[in-house]
Amino acid sequence: MSDNSSVKKQAAREEAALLPPVDVIEDSAGITLYADLPGVAKERLALHVEADTLTIEGEIALDMPQSMVASHTEVSLPRYRRVFTLSKELDATRVSAEFKSGVLKLSIPKAEHAQPRKIDVKLL
Amino acid sequence: MMYRSVFPRDVLAELDRLQREMQQAFHISPSIRGIARGGFPAMNVGGTPQAVEIYAFAPGIDPASLDVQIEKGVLTIAGERQLEQPGGEATVHIDERFAGRFRRVVTLPDDVDPNAVEAKYVDGVLRISIGRRESAQPRRITIE
Repeated sequence: MSDNSSVKKQAAREEAALLPPVDVIEDSAGITLYADLPGVAKERLALHVEADTLTIEGEIALDMPQSMVASHTEVSLPRYRRVFTLSKELDATRVSAEFKSGVLKLSIPKAEHAQPRKIDVKLL
Repeated sequence: MMYRSVFPRDVLAELDRLQREMQQAFHISPSIRGIARGGFPAMNVGGTPQAVEIYAFAPGIDPASLDVQIEKGVLTIAGERQLEQPGGEATVHIDERFAGRFRRVVTLPDDVDPNAVEAKYVDGVLRISIGRRESAQPRRITIE
């Protein structure tokens, strides 16, 4: 008998998901990320930071009547997923998140040593 | 294009948009309002024997600013989405989220009752339930 448990696990992780639209804005303090995740309740939103990878995942839970038959579908999958690679100067341990009416706001500050410094140019 | 694609980096969505634009270019769109895919807010529509259910995916909007109207069998959802403006020194790296005014129109079936409408805004999704007329509901006929 062949063991395909690893294949199954892989398949579960790679379940088809929608790519939520995002805005990413950077200023001297850090990076602010906004993501649109309509239909996701706060409890069904998952944020992971692992090494330098940030993963945003959310399950869509709509209150739908049992007997409903869909006639037009634009949001065709029940989950969102998007993965970002963080750069070294960002401090992943101090990420703060707000989630309201389907909009996620993530603030990722820059590490102390990466805060802007003015560099004097000396004339020789 | 009036609206941006909902999920612009999605290859399938882009193909969809391409198909829609081709259809518009050749005037072979099957519906008079075109195929509304790819607009904001994204919409799912379904029905039960008792009601028509419309889900509009409109995150980050003040529900008081939404304008929902039913007129002559046509449902219109309109509003404006204002995003926080980045400060002067900020750099925008990715800019995909919809901003500005929007309007979407859905033709309703003939048997809906425009007086039996309920609208809720939960987790960024506007759900509109429109009841069907009593006379249009399925009825079991007993055979004597």
